[in-house]
Amino acid sequence: MIGFLQHLIDALALGSIYALTALGIGLLFGILRLINFAHGDLITVGAYALIVPAADVTARLMIGSWTPAAVVVAISMIVVVAALLTDAAVFRPLRTASPPTLMIASFAVSYIIQNGILMFYGARPKAVDFWSGANVQITIGALRVPLLQLITLAVTLVLMAALTVFLRRTPQGVQMRAAAEDFRMAQYLGVRGNVVIGLAFAISGVLAAAVSMLYITQSGSLTFQMGVPLALFAFVAVVIGGMGSLAGAVAGGFLLGFIVTMLQAYLPPDLRAFRDAFAFAFVILVLLVRPSGLLPSRTTVERV
Amino acid sequence: MTEPSAVPADPTNTDAAELTVDDLTVRFEGLAAISGVSLTVERHEVFGLIGPNGAGKTTLVNCLTGFQAPTGGRVLVGRESTVGWSPMQFREMGVARTFQAGRLFKDMSVLENVEVTAVGLGLGRRRAVERGRAILDWVGLAGKTSLRAGALAYTDQRRLAIARAMVLPPAFVLLDEPAAGMSDAECEGLMVLVSSIPRTFVCGVLLIEHNMRVVMGVSHRVHVLDGGKTLAEGTPAEIQRDQAVLAAYLGVEG
Repeated sequence: MIGFLQHLIDALALGSIYALTALGIGLLFGILRLINFAHGDLITVGAYALIVPAADVTARLMIGSWTPAAVVVAISMIVVVAALLTDAAVFRPLRTASPPTLMIASFAVSYIIQNGILMFYGARPKAVDFWSGANVQITIGALRVPLLQLITLAVTLVLMAALTVFLRRTPQGVQMRAAAEDFRMAQYLGVRGNVVIGLAFAISGVLAAAVSMLYITQSGSLTFQMGVPLALFAFVAVVIGGMGSLAGAVAGGFLLGFIVTMLQAYLPPDLRAFRDAFAFAFVILVLLVRPSGLLPSRTTVERV
Repeated sequence: MTEPSAVPADPTNTDAAELTVDDLTVRFEGLAAISGVSLTVERHEVFGLIGPNGAGKTTLVNCLTGFQAPTGGRVLVGRESTVGWSPMQFREMGVARTFQAGRLFKDMSVLENVEVTAVGLGLGRRRAVERGRAILDWVGLAGKTSLRAGALAYTDQRRLAIARAMVLPPAFVLLDEPAAGMSDAECEGLMVLVSSIPRTFVCGVLLIEHNMRVVMGVSHRVHVLDGGKTLAEGTPAEIQRDQAVLAAYLGVEG
């Protein structure tokens, strides 16, 4: 039982990372019909922004050595700017393009970011000692929980609550929801399309920055493709949650975190190498039972 | 049937006295959807627009709101030319419309549907909510502000669409088949609402409607289109006697 609880906490922490990433992807999909595979690379950008740009194997912290508050602000700003740049340079000229075109463009953005990082930082993985103090174990009864997992969960809940308040209670948020439901109608009613889209990119940047910091604290290593599997899993989370539904993206993220963690824990050791294959097989099962996802967005269903 | 409650009128951002279509022509790849139609909607009237399916009614409304660029002729708001205006510019200059399909934000609340429109037109959030509540009160949805728009009964969705068009009262509102699918009793309520618009808001109404009882009951003047051309224009009584109109609708030899 204790063992299971331990795994459950692991699952919640991993699910948090997937959920935050899925929210960033889901938000843009809702408004732009863009499946942004470059979202993972924004996470990579946030992580590399912590260190001194150099090809050395051991990374020296630069921004990462500032006070935590300064780190959070600086990394968030850098990733938000990066996200807005991808919009201005690539996605804005493609506003009227079809969703497949947008998705392929996002692959291009992804490759450009990865190769940009390769140029400045080199291809070898780097060890980085960032906020490693957060990895201490704290004991709650018979449970030993890494502090970082609790922080991850707390940060995720705070960001989700903040996003919910933003979308429900602010004029910009209400406009964003209107744009997500019917972009052209919202535009007709005076919603400024590019403002709403810019805001969505900025928010997805903040979410990516949060994942950067949480993820790098836990893994302690940087690679130029570190964001790719995150984006892939988050995309899968968005699909099983129901394309276009933010609640679905979060639910899908946590479900995927749960499946992956439990497979890792309970699969026979010989089969653990195939953990992801089992996870994706489960995803296929979910989609066979609920083809439009766990919490489908009504509007997307109608439109497709 | 009670009179709709009064709504404090806000000055609209145009003092245009009429909405004019002058010799309008729209061709889709050589096929004329509208040819040589002229009409004028004034701010103190309900102006009915009728015609068989395919007569060009919706195309005309699209031209009057920037959703379709005319091939020839002019659309004037007051004396201003509207060449190159986007739909949003039309709305900002005081020409609002509803859509046949409703196009409500179904996952958002009733209040949010009107609020987002008011915010889009430049109001702060508090004023937007205030205006939104007043206008929902006027259409009779005061008790349903927090319901999901998609959960409303069909009739109420029509009322919400009208509220959304009227939240910052325009100078002209174009209602595209608001009575479609309504029962007779529901039509009564809609007629009271529509006929009160010119008085309450100093806003001219262009009403497209297939339900003859509704059009003839609320319009001051009626314009009849057939095959993209003007067939007749006059008071409801005149139109109901017009041989050409009867022929178009009933297939009788004029």
